[in-house]
Amino acid sequence: MATDAQALASTGQIAPRPRRFLTLDNRYLPPLLITSILLGAQLSFGILEGWERTGLAIVTAIGAELVMGRITYGAWPHPASAYISGISAGILVRSPFLWPYFLTSLISITSKYVLRVNGRHLWNPTNFGVSAVVFLAPAAITVLSIQWGNAIAPMVIIWVLGSVIVWRVGRAHISATYVASFLLLSFVRSAMTGTPWLAAVAPITGPMYQLFIFFMVTDPKTTVRSRVGQCIVVFLVAFVEMLLRLREVLYAPFYALFIVGPIAMLVQIVMDQRKTRGLGS
Amino acid sequence: MTLRVAPTVRRQRIAWIAWTLMLIASLAVVRALNQRAIGDRSDDEGGADARFGFTLTESAKRLGIELVHRGPTFDARLNHIMPQVAAMGAAVAVVDFDRDGWPDLYVTNSGEGSLNHLYRNKGDGTFVDVAAALGVADVNQQGSGVSMGSVWGDYDNDGWDDLLLYRYGRPELFHNDQGRHFTPVGEHAGLPAWVNANSATWFDYDRDGRLDLFIAGYWPDHVNLWKLETTKIMPESFEYANNGGRKYLLHNRGDGTFEDTTEAMGITSHRWTLAVVAADLHGTGYPDVFVANDYGVSELFANQAGKRFIDVAPQSGVGRAPKSGMNAAVGDVFNDGRLAIYKTNISEPGVLVQGNDLWVPQDRSKVEGQRSKAEIAEYENLATSMGVDLGGWSWGAQFGDLNNDGTQDIYLTNGYVSAGERSSYWYDFAVIAVGHSQIIEDAVNWPAMKGRSLSGYQRKRVWLNDGLGRFTEVAQVVGARDTYDGRAVALADLRNRGALDVIVATQRGPLLVYQNSVDPGRHWLQFDLEGRRSNRDAIGARVELHWSGHVQVQEVAAATGFSAQNQHPLHFGVGAAAAVDRAVIRWPSGTVQTIEHPALDMRHHIKEPDGD
Repeated sequence: MATDAQALASTGQIAPRPRRFLTLDNRYLPPLLITSILLGAQLSFGILEGWERTGLAIVTAIGAELVMGRITYGAWPHPASAYISGISAGILVRSPFLWPYFLTSLISITSKYVLRVNGRHLWNPTNFGVSAVVFLAPAAITVLSIQWGNAIAPMVIIWVLGSVIVWRVGRAHISATYVASFLLLSFVRSAMTGTPWLAAVAPITGPMYQLFIFFMVTDPKTTVRSRVGQCIVVFLVAFVEMLLRLREVLYAPFYALFIVGPIAMLVQIVMDQRKTRGLGS
Repeated sequence: MTLRVAPTVRRQRIAWIAWTLMLIASLAVVRALNQRAIGDRSDDEGGADARFGFTLTESAKRLGIELVHRGPTFDARLNHIMPQVAAMGAAVAVVDFDRDGWPDLYVTNSGEGSLNHLYRNKGDGTFVDVAAALGVADVNQQGSGVSMGSVWGDYDNDGWDDLLLYRYGRPELFHNDQGRHFTPVGEHAGLPAWVNANSATWFDYDRDGRLDLFIAGYWPDHVNLWKLETTKIMPESFEYANNGGRKYLLHNRGDGTFEDTTEAMGITSHRWTLAVVAADLHGTGYPDVFVANDYGVSELFANQAGKRFIDVAPQSGVGRAPKSGMNAAVGDVFNDGRLAIYKTNISEPGVLVQGNDLWVPQDRSKVEGQRSKAEIAEYENLATSMGVDLGGWSWGAQFGDLNNDGTQDIYLTNGYVSAGERSSYWYDFAVIAVGHSQIIEDAVNWPAMKGRSLSGYQRKRVWLNDGLGRFTEVAQVVGARDTYDGRAVALADLRNRGALDVIVATQRGPLLVYQNSVDPGRHWLQFDLEGRRSNRDAIGARVELHWSGHVQVQEVAAATGFSAQNQHPLHFGVGAAAAVDRAVIRWPSGTVQTIEHPALDMRHHIKEPDGD
């Protein structure tokens, strides 16, 4: 979930100066959205085990980012990306223990500095962190898997706000492709397993998917460059997720992105290298 | 140029190596902490009595108790999920119904046409079922409902404990005719016509000397599970459901009838209640009510001098995080006079780790400081730090000093549906649980179970309290090795020899009786209280035992745990202490009685003094 300013700037999504003067810088939109979601959900339904856990995740992520960025590159990195990673870990991780919140954030940020090829990190940091901890510590950690309340209105608001924001940062096609793929493939799963279709589609109505769709699969740093390529990759994520779900893997979306994301990035990097060599020759 | 870049590259390489090592170390730490969370699974059987001071031996058959619980069969439209919707009803209550001094057992059955059992303790180490002869066996019929549990209390203060049977159906009050027969009181008692209840308790909320009744609905009252009008009967949310059954607070008029004071007293909850315990949690002298709810937050109804209840759960902390509450018990885990609340929830590795809650009130000075302002104690969940959080799909649990060392231990049973040993329903359950209310509330949308297990065949937990803030899990070592789908747990000294035996009712399984053999070098004493100005059962009476610098508090309660009732006498272990200093009894009437140096290793029958 590193929807950071550099990435947005690199994709040309920051508004021209006159407009920027009047409107909010795009780099702050995702953090604002996720903060609004958290505050709204917590104040309405009390979704968190405690503020201290989410706070620990955020502080750890930002602290790790600042320290690692400064030591590695000699400059202070912008904390927006780390903030999103931390708050996402704080919301997604569910555990009666305190340590998962610290370690998930730490692993997420560290992965960004370690798992790199040609200067690009391969995994979405939070995807890596959450996937790693739920895989390694199933007895102590799970991922958010409940509804926040019962009302339709909050869910609609989050979907609308999230859609507006991913549209504004030019990544709505990714979210839309994923949602369409999930719905389509849920029919396939339902037909193959005999599960009622509404049960097959139920997960996407939950907040875990809202975070996944708006913040994780859209991460500019870990998606390929072309729009068509982005749509293909996100369809593949949904497809691998379907395969995992047929194997009854509960955290299928995270593992699917964990598998497909870096492969797509490597393909992108290889293609870039060939293109560069071609230009050079 | 090269000379200027090189140090940067070198620095980045060194940093990369450092971050790589840190990443590997972090992943290793996560794995190690996971193993630690799983805990010690040692099956070492050697010398458990020497190491922990007691052993448990399952002895039901030898005692003459042979029964297998039968579950109900509801409307055919629920067939695909029947094992999970018909997953309760195995309950046990300890009562000396014939006042012969030996604790007897009332065990519910839930199949249509099945029989409940009243096992009379013959005092010679065996039991005999007298339910049919006394009129409390044939009570499970489709028209009136099937049993979910019972709670006993002397509502008319005639000296004999009466039976309140709660069902998915019509609650029934049976008057105890001096231990010779039970007579249904009938509709004129004023009980509700139909409650789909999994919990109820007797308590004297206004301290008028008569036991009142609290019955908590689980499914809504209008749902007849045998003849569904709609399949939209399921909870509207896995953790925020408010479409469960209503609660009934029934005030005892003293003439054998009850009046519904629920709304007038401020209780309007429609949550899915599974357990209730009444105890004075705010030091006011009036019993408060803690309610453990499935699919949502707990409720803590603070008693306002018998005139009103206020739900203080959010402010106190116990009602903030929604979970799947299934048990409510209170115990003094630090021997400092504070009653902690133990609420069980669901923990399934890799799917849902809610963790059980051990709500401990803040230290006395803070609590008292707050009482002067708001009368609300603040609670802190110490289950994780004290090691009693992960208990599987937890059901009934009780506090009790199992090894007579002077501290309150915890016995917990668990397991939801044990069916196919190699197949699990958890994936489908988790998928539907996250669905929006429009999806989850309709049973039609729930995937079929197809003979799969859901948290089945689970290992039980026996947590020994070290008195210093830590519990040690010893179930396998001391002998609690069953893997049935446990529901109710009750503790009683079945042989009157100073050791708490453990009785476990299992769903679609046998009644288990774990006989407890405690190191004879450990001392104990029990208090069997009889009220005069207070209700005769002395429910709500508080005993503070002082010895060797310890102060342990226990209260007489009716229902405690999940669908269970412990023995009436309060049991205190005191370890190697040669004597105790005193017992201070605060009766529900307000009378305070002090007994100096009560003798060890015996049961004390104490009658409430006539005057102040």
